[in-house]
Amino acid sequence: MNARPDFINAATLDSKSRRRFLQSAAAAGGLVLIAGFPGQGEAADEPKKYGADGMPNGWVDNALAFVSLTPDGTVSIVCHRSEMGQGVRTSMPMIVADELEADWKRVKVVQAPGDEKRYGNQDTDGSRSTRHFFKPMRTCGAAARMMLEQAAADQWKVPVSEVEAKNHQVVHTKSGKKLGYGALAAAAMKQPVPSRDQVKLKDPSQFRYIGKGNIKLVDGRNIVTGKAVYGQDVHIPGMYYAVVARPAVYLGKVVSVDSSATMKVPGVVKVVQIEPSAPPANFNPLGGVAVVAKNTWAAIKGREALKIVWDDGPNASYDSKSYRATLEEASRKAGKVVRNEGDFDAAYASAPKKVTAEYYLPHLAHATMEPPAATCRIKNGKAEVWSCVQSPQNARDMVAKRLGMDPANVTMNVTLLGGGFGRKSKADYCVEAAVVSKAMDGAPVKVVWTREDDLRHDYLHTVSVEHLEAGLDDSGKCVAWLHRSVAPTILSTFVEGAKNQFNIELGMTLLQVAPTIPNVRVENPEASAHARIGWFRSVSNIPHAFATQSFIAEMAAAAGKDHRDYLLDLLGPPAKIDTRKQGDDWNHGENPDVYMFDTGRMRRVIDLATIKAGWGKSMPKGSGMGLAATYTFVTYVATVAEVEVDANGNVRIPRIHVAADTGAVINPERVYSQIEGACVMGMGVALYNEISFKNGRVEQANLNEFELARMGTSPVEVNVYLIPSDYSLPLGGVGEPALPPVAPAICNAIFAATGKRIRRLPIGNQLA
Amino acid sequence: MATRFTLNGNAVSSALEPDTPLMWVLRDEFGLTGTKYGCGIAVCGACTVHINGQAVRSCTTPVSAVAGKKVVTIEGLGADKIGRMVQDAWVENSVPQCGYCQAGQCMSAAALLHSKKNPSDADIDQAMGGNICRCGCYTRIRASIKEVAAKGGAA
Repeated sequence: MNARPDFINAATLDSKSRRRFLQSAAAAGGLVLIAGFPGQGEAADEPKKYGADGMPNGWVDNALAFVSLTPDGTVSIVCHRSEMGQGVRTSMPMIVADELEADWKRVKVVQAPGDEKRYGNQDTDGSRSTRHFFKPMRTCGAAARMMLEQAAADQWKVPVSEVEAKNHQVVHTKSGKKLGYGALAAAAMKQPVPSRDQVKLKDPSQFRYIGKGNIKLVDGRNIVTGKAVYGQDVHIPGMYYAVVARPAVYLGKVVSVDSSATMKVPGVVKVVQIEPSAPPANFNPLGGVAVVAKNTWAAIKGREALKIVWDDGPNASYDSKSYRATLEEASRKAGKVVRNEGDFDAAYASAPKKVTAEYYLPHLAHATMEPPAATCRIKNGKAEVWSCVQSPQNARDMVAKRLGMDPANVTMNVTLLGGGFGRKSKADYCVEAAVVSKAMDGAPVKVVWTREDDLRHDYLHTVSVEHLEAGLDDSGKCVAWLHRSVAPTILSTFVEGAKNQFNIELGMTLLQVAPTIPNVRVENPEASAHARIGWFRSVSNIPHAFATQSFIAEMAAAAGKDHRDYLLDLLGPPAKIDTRKQGDDWNHGENPDVYMFDTGRMRRVIDLATIKAGWGKSMPKGSGMGLAATYTFVTYVATVAEVEVDANGNVRIPRIHVAADTGAVINPERVYSQIEGACVMGMGVALYNEISFKNGRVEQANLNEFELARMGTSPVEVNVYLIPSDYSLPLGGVGEPALPPVAPAICNAIFAATGKRIRRLPIGNQLA
Repeated sequence: MATRFTLNGNAVSSALEPDTPLMWVLRDEFGLTGTKYGCGIAVCGACTVHINGQAVRSCTTPVSAVAGKKVVTIEGLGADKIGRMVQDAWVENSVPQCGYCQAGQCMSAAALLHSKKNPSDADIDQAMGGNICRCGCYTRIRASIKEVAAKGGAA
């Protein structure tokens, strides 16, 4: 997602907060990037930039950067975003190929290294890749097509208006003469690139791949034959393998190291101390002791043999049980007011019916199937890194900074990512590899994170208590809404001591209260972070939506109304709402004049999901149906979960129905798969996932303790319904939006099935 | 102390310490990185290989335990008819998302289909229960196993 503060468009903060933010960032010595981006200076009167324009290094639609044609007829198309399962290596080149009239069978996908000057923003986060690069990729493809047409017209000495590119060849329409793309390649590549206003894009009716779902995954065959290369798989001749003993407690430090036993382990070559960086964490290594060996197992055994005395530092008493009480206490007192409309206190005091509830969501680990890994080699004053990173330019900059090099001398190669979910936006592991390679005189070193490392040293999803109070009138209508959200902020990873959620977190399903409620107050009491807080697929939308979508169901129950009808009434009649009027100045980075909150689209997905699910039908004893609906990453999603709760309190989820309105759908197959996957992940959040701390340490060591959804426990069916859309609507996000409604839909279904209201996740054995 | 075994049909010899898990031998010594590291304690299934035809977690199998045995990894799965059908079905149904777990999923699925021609949902839950997919491709994995079973039955 878009929470990395060096990606925050400072222009989206009001001028006062922006100045404060930049000052505190500078004072903390971190966040140098935020002030360094073009167009993000201090001037308060600068026009706001949105979408791809608002991202660091923006976008590029230069055909020469993305397309190359060779005489053998191969069309090479660069994918500048990172592949982590969302299908970007298929979808983005597919867009180019479509406009280019290329035959997909003759397209070769080339992965870009980290180079945002050349390719535009590469941060693969925030469900943004297709949303921001659909148009630039179309432009690249269309420009290359026109270059091919011009080259053919020149060769035939005919006006370009008489030629047409069609399926990998250019045809002279009058004579029927044809030239293949291979024959035209050299001449076409020498053509000037047509200027943007001269580029003729296809009419969508002419699309051959876009929106069709007829393209198989670029990497599919390599994946199932073991040929696909992930960060963990990189192999460089003469390479060493390293694992790192890191402080178990955040901000802990090495006092002393005895590596004598380690050096006796066969295969161990060297022990290297990695200096920690001063807080804030940013994407710096945690520090510790690296064991370098000739193979991974020797490095692991060598690490086990280290005798390290640690100073646990200031977070040694972090304890999730007592911290939950701290958050609850904070949520019951007034906090920083982040939205205030009408008079909540008066309306609440006079409301005949009151509903209050508190919801708890623990820390979550990304637990990507591939734990982080990075390989670095330093030679002749240049560093080269191979890694699974979501933000290769940032990784490159971080490595360059730590090595004291110009980023121009660092090459950041991007492998496939075995899952990302926001973890791999933070390239601390690349910096570790660079430090260890340097200590090995530049020899290639692969730093391998074990699963234990991954769970203990993640940039965790925050932990939160959401406190809600509502006043209902005699008819059950909500007239007063108070929401206090307390959670350590992502900002604390970049600004030491930050205690309040910032606009990106607030803009995720917290400020956007149902538009028909007249008296609204949203508060954000302070919370201190004692671990590295990062962003996890869908970010703050998860706790905020869990709370608000559960609470609306609780209000409906208190009012004696059907949940769906109640939710639709809260939304009110179809209307387009300016998100700024809801106090949200972020709007997922998009232009609020273009991307308005359309309650009509919201109503439509709710209708579709509930109709498909058979909402209201009678269910067997112990079974129930629950609904939740969210607008996140500028996409509308409604989810209906069906649950069965047995006599022992075990929850089974036979079916989930999801209706989504993502605007135009570019690669439907991947939209379906992303939504299916988000439902499984969301189910894990609801039922199993919890990272807890004791004595400052993560209690869960491996996947036997941090439980994930499996074949037999995940939803048996996930039925996805997409709202058809033409290209007149702006694109919405896809990778994240289906996750936030899953947990509240499941909990609402459990309430329908059992009458028991779940307010603390994970559900675990609460129903036993 | 070399350990000799058959790897995807070829006689090989590992020079690593005998307690080294087979997974690291395959990955670091033989460069067969299709077998993935996911947990190291046999709870995620990413490292699944076939040892004498059985699906086994290679992360907790010391290389010494495969001396004289036949090891097949994802790189060699296509030599087997059912293995190849599994791979084809995975591609055809666009099963993978990130793909990191899929080598293990394919190995477990192929082993299941060798032992049961028409596995039930419960069979699939049991045989595939040790393979985690964090991206959540389970419905497609289940459908693909059933598809291969249906085709296998017809063949």
